[in-house]
Amino acid sequence: MNTQAQYLKAIYLTQEQVDGPASTGDIAELLDVSPASANEMIGKLEERGLLDHEKYKGVDLTDEGIQQARDALQNYCIIERFLVEVLEVEDFRTEAKQLEGVIDETVAERLDTIIDREPQCPDCFNAEDDVCGLLEVEAEVSSD
Amino acid sequence: MSLTQPVGSDHQLARLLQIGIVLEEVVEARAAKHAEETDASLDPALRDLLDHAASESADHRSRLETLVDDLEAETVPFEEIQMLVEAQYEADEDFDGVLYDQLCNEETAYKFYDDLIASIEASDTAFSVDRERLLDVLRTIREEEADGVEEVTDLMEERQ
Repeated sequence: MNTQAQYLKAIYLTQEQVDGPASTGDIAELLDVSPASANEMIGKLEERGLLDHEKYKGVDLTDEGIQQARDALQNYCIIERFLVEVLEVEDFRTEAKQLEGVIDETVAERLDTIIDREPQCPDCFNAEDDVCGLLEVEAEVSSD
Repeated sequence: MSLTQPVGSDHQLARLLQIGIVLEEVVEARAAKHAEETDASLDPALRDLLDHAASESADHRSRLETLVDDLEAETVPFEEIQMLVEAQYEADEDFDGVLYDQLCNEETAYKFYDDLIASIEASDTAFSVDRERLLDVLRTIREEEADGVEEVTDLMEERQ
């Protein structure tokens, strides 16, 4: 996943949470980058037709932007689920974030052949907990 | 499309090598399963391809395991991945489907090693395994994956 994909994913999740345009500050916070860096990337994504940016209002993904963001989110879900189900990594959120920049979507597709991902993915992703809502339920059940 | 992010620690390197091991195990298990399900004995060229893919993956896996061991991390048992492949495997694939799956396997592995090599080259981290030996192993495997893509493509072209 490249930087563009990571930004699109963050904007998509922020928009889902606030149910409207995402502020540059929220996006920067989610990605742990400076607002200046976030602004620069937002400008590039706007030029590429992936989002609309209105001053004082925020950022709104276009249909193409939403599609790419959902692909990126799905990739992230595959990595998280793979870390939990196959490698049994406890700190899977941190590691998934480190790996999403290195694991390409073609590789994620292969990893997907050995995990149990639900058909509604990535709609079941819980942005607040930074994990698939269904995976969290399974983890709770198995720890009982 | 992937970003070249430097590998930042022994831990992250070991994790990526573990993922490489799993990818090889998936190839090995799927090749064996394809051979079993498609009656590859009727097609010697396909059978040879699947046999070669399985043995090459086993060899790559063993080379990666040595590196993971040197990093004092654990490997991923083949039996575990084989079980997961079996659980998700869809058996209704014909010869074309099998060839296409093998092509995806080889291409994916090539892309993975190519990205991993770039991420190691971009890193300043002093790993506890010798950097040159590490890159040498990965580059050799990447070359063999490239040859694998060519072998499957040739066989596909012969059948058109």
